[in-house]
Amino acid sequence: MSSFWLHPSLILIAGALLLPLMPARLKQGWLLLVPILAFARILAMSQGVFGEVRFLQFTLVFGRVDALSNIFGYIMGLMCVLGTLYGLHVKRAAEHIAAWTYVAGSLGAIFAGDLLTLFLFWELMAFSSVFLIWFRGRKESLGAGFRYLLVHVTGGVSLLAGIILTYHGTGGNLAFTAFDVHHPDLAAWLVLLGFILNAAVPPLHAWLPDAYAEGTFSGSVFLSAFTTKTAVYALCRGFPGMDVLIVLGVIMSLYGVIYAVLENDSRRLLAYHIISQVGYMVAGVGLGTELAINGACAHAFAHILYKGLLFMGCGSVLHMTGRSKFTELGGLYQKMPWTFVFTLIGGLSISAFPLFSGFVSKSMIVQAGFEDHKLWVGFGLLLASAGTFLHTGLKVPYFIWFGKNHCAKDTWDRAAEPPWNMMAAMAITSVLCIFIGCYTPYLYRLLPYPADFEPYTSYHISETLQILLFTGLGFFLLIKKLEPTPTISLDLDWPYRMGGRAFLWLAQHPIQFIDTCVGEIYRVGGLGPLMRSSRLSGVFDNRVIDGAIDGFASSIRTLGHRLRSAQRGALQENLTLAFAVGAVLLLAFVLVFNAFAR
Amino acid sequence: MNLLRLIEFLRSRRQTVIYVCLGVLALVALIDAIPALVDKHDAHTKIEHLPAFWSVYGFVACVLIVLVSKAFGKAGIMTRENYYDE
Repeated sequence: MSSFWLHPSLILIAGALLLPLMPARLKQGWLLLVPILAFARILAMSQGVFGEVRFLQFTLVFGRVDALSNIFGYIMGLMCVLGTLYGLHVKRAAEHIAAWTYVAGSLGAIFAGDLLTLFLFWELMAFSSVFLIWFRGRKESLGAGFRYLLVHVTGGVSLLAGIILTYHGTGGNLAFTAFDVHHPDLAAWLVLLGFILNAAVPPLHAWLPDAYAEGTFSGSVFLSAFTTKTAVYALCRGFPGMDVLIVLGVIMSLYGVIYAVLENDSRRLLAYHIISQVGYMVAGVGLGTELAINGACAHAFAHILYKGLLFMGCGSVLHMTGRSKFTELGGLYQKMPWTFVFTLIGGLSISAFPLFSGFVSKSMIVQAGFEDHKLWVGFGLLLASAGTFLHTGLKVPYFIWFGKNHCAKDTWDRAAEPPWNMMAAMAITSVLCIFIGCYTPYLYRLLPYPADFEPYTSYHISETLQILLFTGLGFFLLIKKLEPTPTISLDLDWPYRMGGRAFLWLAQHPIQFIDTCVGEIYRVGGLGPLMRSSRLSGVFDNRVIDGAIDGFASSIRTLGHRLRSAQRGALQENLTLAFAVGAVLLLAFVLVFNAFAR
Repeated sequence: MNLLRLIEFLRSRRQTVIYVCLGVLALVALIDAIPALVDKHDAHTKIEHLPAFWSVYGFVACVLIVLVSKAFGKAGIMTRENYYDE
């Protein structure tokens, strides 16, 4: 075992365990201190392999720190600070504990040097994050949480099966390095399945909008950042250059956009755009060139911040009004103007407007697609980016803060800017989104490969502005078609939601019917004769066995009764009589014996 | 609040804002056609050399996404909110 190496997850877990013991006046300070310490620890880490532990026949590596794990660890640590600041006023300690444990799981998976350690933290993420959904307390949240857990457990089983097969296939080597993406074996496919399920790649994506829309207002800020981006990290590490990921990535980027048009719930819309944006990263991993991997990492970094900001904005509306559906909101610029500005900054960042973070990250992946002569990738991703601005940059801000005012009286009365900590978190995240977009070296220096990329060329600026602004024109011309309606959209969670219902129907109808039939057959064919035979046995028992025993007992009693009358209490006379009878019997026996012997 | 006043100010001059936006759109498309301002050496395909190609692409992409998604939604994907509650 190597010398002690302080894992940043350990700081978060220790902080979480001590949180309930904190006096109320120190609690907010503790809530800020712990994630800042964890982030500082990540910043202070030098590159290398640390925290090696021998366990049975395995060598677990808790701290593989290199350029790839560093950039993901950095942004996860930073988002933990911002997310905790956003939910600083949340009184329920368990919610903070769940959030920090979730981040600890993510950091553990990112710094894991072997597949077993990765799996351990991978599962920790699933089992801690589900509480961020359940704590919302709605009936729908409970169901969504269980579905989330079941789907992730299924993905975890696939990952574990892949790890076991890898262990046997490699003769015991579980180091988490790149799989053979050109000739993947069953083990690689199973591990990939576990990864892409967490990355919400269709058709394994439906858990994401189902769960993230049902999270608590601050829980969804955490959820939006960690699970999918940890999966992107795992894909960058394990499957760079795997062709199938390019196709899946482009499909993802468009799939999320199509569903976002139909969506009436603002947070579900944002969840669909996570799928769309992660599609860029998955496509980048599939392309596998240095520029593409840099793009995937840079976009994950930028995405965590702007998507966190968007969830903060819509979470603020939910927190203050209790509503998240477009058909129950509108006109809120009068009550929450700063929340509008922050959300708009998130919207412009995700849409990759020049001077905002998405512009300097997304374009790397698109450029990598064109450079790899895969024109359909470049054009497909640019098509998706038009859709991104259409919804997140225009639809969300317009239908919440402007548009027709659908607010009920209590919604309108409750609406106001959120508490200071939520405003501060949104303001800091907004500044970071703009800073990353304006000062590219900040992000580019963190990338795993040397970044020889200049996003601010006249052509790229012109290309982006044309796409986005003319998308804006389309939005306002088609605004009637985009009016929200109080509907939901069926997605691929339908098979397992209705599958569960079908199972319930099977249990309640055919299986129940068979059970009733068997019960009736048993009652008629089994229970009746059994009752009759037991009745006969009862009669036999009563009349024959009990009669014999009762008769015998009665005879003994009668005999005893008679003998009692013969007893007079004269001992000498009785003894004399007994001896006399004995002597007579003995004499008679001798005489009879002699007569026969002769 | 100043921010609120700014928003109200812009809303009260809606027509002017629309004209400014249309002017910006025209300007962006126009600039794309001036080689001295936009260096098309960075273009990936020949078709991108057409003036205002990405303007058309952006507009068509937006219309396509809205129409295709709506058609997809009306094909049975969009349903009542209590669908799963029954």
